[in-house]
Amino acid sequence: MRAPRPKAAVAAVAVAALAVAGCAESDRDSGSGGSKKDTLVFGVAGDPKVLDPSFASDGESLRVARQVFETLVRPEEGGTKVTPGLAESWTPDSTGTVWTFKLRSGVKFHDGAEFNAEAVCKNFDRWFNAKGLMQSPDVTAYWQDVMGGFAKNESADLPPSLFKSCTAKDATTVDLAFTRVSSKIPAALMLPSFSIHSPKALEQYDASNVGGTAEDIKYPAYALEHPTGTGPFKFKAWDVANKTLTIERNDDYYGDKAKLKTIIFKTISDENARKQALRSGDIQGYDLVGPADVEPLKNEGFNVLTRPAFNILYLAINQKGNPKLADVKVRQAIAYALNRQALVDSKLPPGAKVAVNFMPDTVEGWNGDVTKYDYNPEKAKQLLAEAGASNLTLRFHYPTEVTRPYMPNPKDIFELLSADLQAVGIKVQAIPLKWSPDYLNATTSGSAHDVHFLGWTGDYGDGYNFIGTFFDRVKPEWGFNNPELFAQFKDADTTADAAARTEKYKALNKAIMDFMPGVPISHSPPAIVFGKDVTGIKASPLTDERYATAEFKS
Amino acid sequence: MFRFIVRRLLQLIPTLFGLSVLLFIWLHRLPGGPETAILGERGTPEMRAQIRRNLGLDEPILVQYARFLRRLIKLDLGTSTSTKRAVTTEFLERFPGTVELTLMAMIIAIGIGIPLGYLAARRRGRLLDHASVGGSLIGICIPVFFLAYVLKAIFSEHFHWFPSSGRQDPTLGATRVTNFFLLDGLMTREWDAAADALWHLVLPGIALASIPLAIIVRITRASVLEVLGEDFVRTAEAKGLTENTVRRRHVLRNAMLPVATSIGLLTGGLLSGAVLTETVFAFSGIGAFVAEAIGQRDYPVLMGFIMIIAVVYVLVNLIVDLSYSVIDPRVRVR
Repeated sequence: MRAPRPKAAVAAVAVAALAVAGCAESDRDSGSGGSKKDTLVFGVAGDPKVLDPSFASDGESLRVARQVFETLVRPEEGGTKVTPGLAESWTPDSTGTVWTFKLRSGVKFHDGAEFNAEAVCKNFDRWFNAKGLMQSPDVTAYWQDVMGGFAKNESADLPPSLFKSCTAKDATTVDLAFTRVSSKIPAALMLPSFSIHSPKALEQYDASNVGGTAEDIKYPAYALEHPTGTGPFKFKAWDVANKTLTIERNDDYYGDKAKLKTIIFKTISDENARKQALRSGDIQGYDLVGPADVEPLKNEGFNVLTRPAFNILYLAINQKGNPKLADVKVRQAIAYALNRQALVDSKLPPGAKVAVNFMPDTVEGWNGDVTKYDYNPEKAKQLLAEAGASNLTLRFHYPTEVTRPYMPNPKDIFELLSADLQAVGIKVQAIPLKWSPDYLNATTSGSAHDVHFLGWTGDYGDGYNFIGTFFDRVKPEWGFNNPELFAQFKDADTTADAAARTEKYKALNKAIMDFMPGVPISHSPPAIVFGKDVTGIKASPLTDERYATAEFKS
Repeated sequence: MFRFIVRRLLQLIPTLFGLSVLLFIWLHRLPGGPETAILGERGTPEMRAQIRRNLGLDEPILVQYARFLRRLIKLDLGTSTSTKRAVTTEFLERFPGTVELTLMAMIIAIGIGIPLGYLAARRRGRLLDHASVGGSLIGICIPVFFLAYVLKAIFSEHFHWFPSSGRQDPTLGATRVTNFFLLDGLMTREWDAAADALWHLVLPGIALASIPLAIIVRITRASVLEVLGEDFVRTAEAKGLTENTVRRRHVLRNAMLPVATSIGLLTGGLLSGAVLTETVFAFSGIGAFVAEAIGQRDYPVLMGFIMIIAVVYVLVNLIVDLSYSVIDPRVRVR
């Protein structure tokens, strides 16, 4: 047998190429590709999980939803205050349980269906009447977070629903009734998970049919291919094989139309790779900028935007962990021992601040007049001695392989905090764990932790979303039971009047800082970057950036 | 030959069965589960418990395994717990990227490695030999992700010659048929899309080729040196064959057997996904996805992908075994 000839191989490849050429139809629109100045490619850290925001809780799904959909109320641009969205105004009745929303008229969904009160009720009824797998906590996470349960709860773990009913009074007036007064209304309705969908598309693509079996949930076609809202952009294509998602201008939008024709979200999970892609021109912006990259990128002329901080990093103390930690003096000693200013100055991005409450000062109810625990190692030693805890050993959990907006470099943070604790005579037993799931399991549902740090980024602009999340009930993370504090939370949560509620949050912040369940450490402003010639985007503390206003400088 | 192939394919069954048992035990022994990955900081213990129940993770491991097997027999690999899409769909969308990248890397590695190894052997002890042996040592030692960053810093960030990320320029709006972008471009006559896909393969291809290239150079060189010392080469030269004929028909062909084996193993390895290269180049392939799935404790994806990768690995090595008889007719597969 003779050796195969290279020439024969080349000929074979050529024949094969000719054979396949043109054997499939191109579905490219003529003129696509077009002018690059009409298209913004934006680098994101992960693929969206689902296109129906009712089922989403990850930032990337919500980013897309915010461009394609709209909610009844929405955060002010660049802030957290509740401002008009699809509703022009809203008022509670005298009981605080029924809210009347006056809707915008002349709005159409992307499929031509009309937006009106009936459409709003179809959406709320869809969420409220969720059945079967749609009640799974990983499917309707935010609904459950805000509303609790459903019309008919199928699991005993689910609490009763906060939502009661929706009534379309006329084409542009809708009443939302709730089972009790809650601090969440109306602020939580800003969440993209409460986006209003086209009832026609919901029905056409079987949107509520979350199928499969419990162990393999299958989303309906609507959630993967046909999201239909009223927003300034329409969904165009999700190309998983190329890790890109494309949205296109909605030329029939009722408000100011998007300036760019196309926005493409491109997944680049590696932070350095995103930076290199920006520099090489593959993308014209990206999110989750590493704190160390902020200054260099600014100096190179890129538009680095800093979001107002809307997060908190805290040191949690588990009072069930070490019996000594149940003594408030020991907890205060830990607070005095930490040099938080030094941490903020050396390890957190520019613009970060030391926290004095468990909520940032961008949220109403923040209180500067609380017990502050300025760095004072002598006082810490004295308090420890008084509590008979001079020989304290703490199991200190910290996460590895993760960066969060509030925590860019956990290991560095651990080293500083741990050195501070040791300086006042506390022995530290370091327990590094992989962030997901080991660390989260150990610290939020385990019982063998003494101190650890964790954080939170707010969902909407109400204080309860911060302090209530942490302290309104017994939680394994903190290991304390303080009925008085819990009652105070309940009272604040059921106060309908926003101004009165704000005062109650202030009182709560004071009570928390006296009780000292943990140490609030810092608020870090996350950064987002755009190309040198991209303008028009305003950074939002809620990551509610609106790409419709983006444009290229000519 | 036919019986040989059938026998090898039948051997797959116990292999896969054993692999699935080991994998299943190992995965379910990992601390934590998908519920925390799904819920993040926001989960309550009740929510976690409910997700575990939903996923059937609260049942005895034998029951879970039996369920997995029952579905596997129907060729159903289940649904990803993190994306809620069918595991086979996820695989079909990502495997073409890995195949294209592997082929690119192997074309570079073979195209340069074999001639270089051969020349190094012919010029043993001279400059080229030292250079290629030393160079291949560097190729093996240099971390792939470092090489990738350097390549990108030079050729993307500085010169803007090559793209630094992805498989294709998304603004082209190319048509998808098979998810092999190069092939799709040819099939739909979107020549620019095909060229762009090829362009995107260059830097990751070079980064990924560095290790196989170095290995192929070394094995080729060693193998050629060994064959050059054989009696039949001396005989062939003595009977007056031209140097070209001796090289091609006697030296290279006989030296190729170990090289072919290593190429098979290397290709199989690359096809199981290049985690670092794919991550650094934001290249949609199976390696980066599997790495992510481990973090997410996405059991169905891990089980499904690793099982398919095992099948692919066995098939590639089967092809290599078959190629022996082409390279060297004395080897008959039975």
